[in-house]
Amino acid sequence: MTFFVKYDFNIMSKTLLEEQLNALDISYTLNSANAITITDELSSEKQSTLTKALRKYGIEFEVNQTSTIVDRIKNAVDSMLRDQANTSVKLSAYLADTLHYSYAHLSAVFSENTYTSIENYAILRRVDIVKEYLCNTNLTLTEIAFKLNYSSVAHLSGQFKKTTGLTPSAFQRIMKKKIIHSQTN
Amino acid sequence: MSKFPLNIVLADDDDDDRMLFSEAIDEIAIQTKLMLFNHGQELMDYLTSAEVILPNLIFLDLNMPIKNGLQCLKEIRSNPVLKDLCVAIYSTSSSEVDIEETFLNGANIYVNKPNNYSKLRESVEKVLQLNWQYHTSNLNKDTFLFRI
Repeated sequence: MTFFVKYDFNIMSKTLLEEQLNALDISYTLNSANAITITDELSSEKQSTLTKALRKYGIEFEVNQTSTIVDRIKNAVDSMLRDQANTSVKLSAYLADTLHYSYAHLSAVFSENTYTSIENYAILRRVDIVKEYLCNTNLTLTEIAFKLNYSSVAHLSGQFKKTTGLTPSAFQRIMKKKIIHSQTN
Repeated sequence: MSKFPLNIVLADDDDDDRMLFSEAIDEIAIQTKLMLFNHGQELMDYLTSAEVILPNLIFLDLNMPIKNGLQCLKEIRSNPVLKDLCVAIYSTSSSEVDIEETFLNGANIYVNKPNNYSKLRESVEKVLQLNWQYHTSNLNKDTFLFRI
């Protein structure tokens, strides 16, 4: 018997961080899913315990200096796509506000280091979330389009087809068959 | 600089196809190191050898003597060391049955061999660009399907 589960990425990551931080008795404030301010001194022992605890969940505890602008741009794009409250804000304005650099600068650094543009990365990431919804939820395309701020289902379908070479329904059909296929082999 | 060369391998029994592919990959902006194999068994021998450098992307022709592309794909997906590698099928077949069968067996990408050189270069470039994003970003590899 196969069960499908739904994820809420924001709740999941916040709960996880809270549990881990509380377990170590650290006082903190969560600014967003990927920014934490630790309000008291963190001993190096506690820091390494925390790093290890988070690594188990695929969460890397980054020290600000070492995190590159490209990674911060990607994280900010992710947060914006996941956070419905930001849907009316333009990507360029959101990134400039969040990262305190001009969009022109961010855009130049990003293109120089990734073989793609911020806009294309955001499209790829957004389609990745569509895929997640198609595989793990029963949401209709209309609901997914609304959730991810696509102007219409046609816009979503067009972008999906352009990015993956498949229509959303063909993708969904193949992924469902894949699960059955991997169980029978 | 966060750019590193992508290690690419291609298994294809057709001399001309191998030559055109390596010319195309040389011309695009993404830096690569390419290794060529004449058939599936040669590729699998390399992938399971001690001196292997695991590739970032494997291109597999479907129709090859000794060991065909689908057999290679199945072996790769059932080998614990190789199972997470990105695999692209590179075939003249555009049959929906072939395409679906390779996806079900774990292919990430299906490239129809284009019939002219400039289209080939374009396809290879798109595939490598996308592959690079999957290596450097937090994208879900379990749902990585791409057809071109």
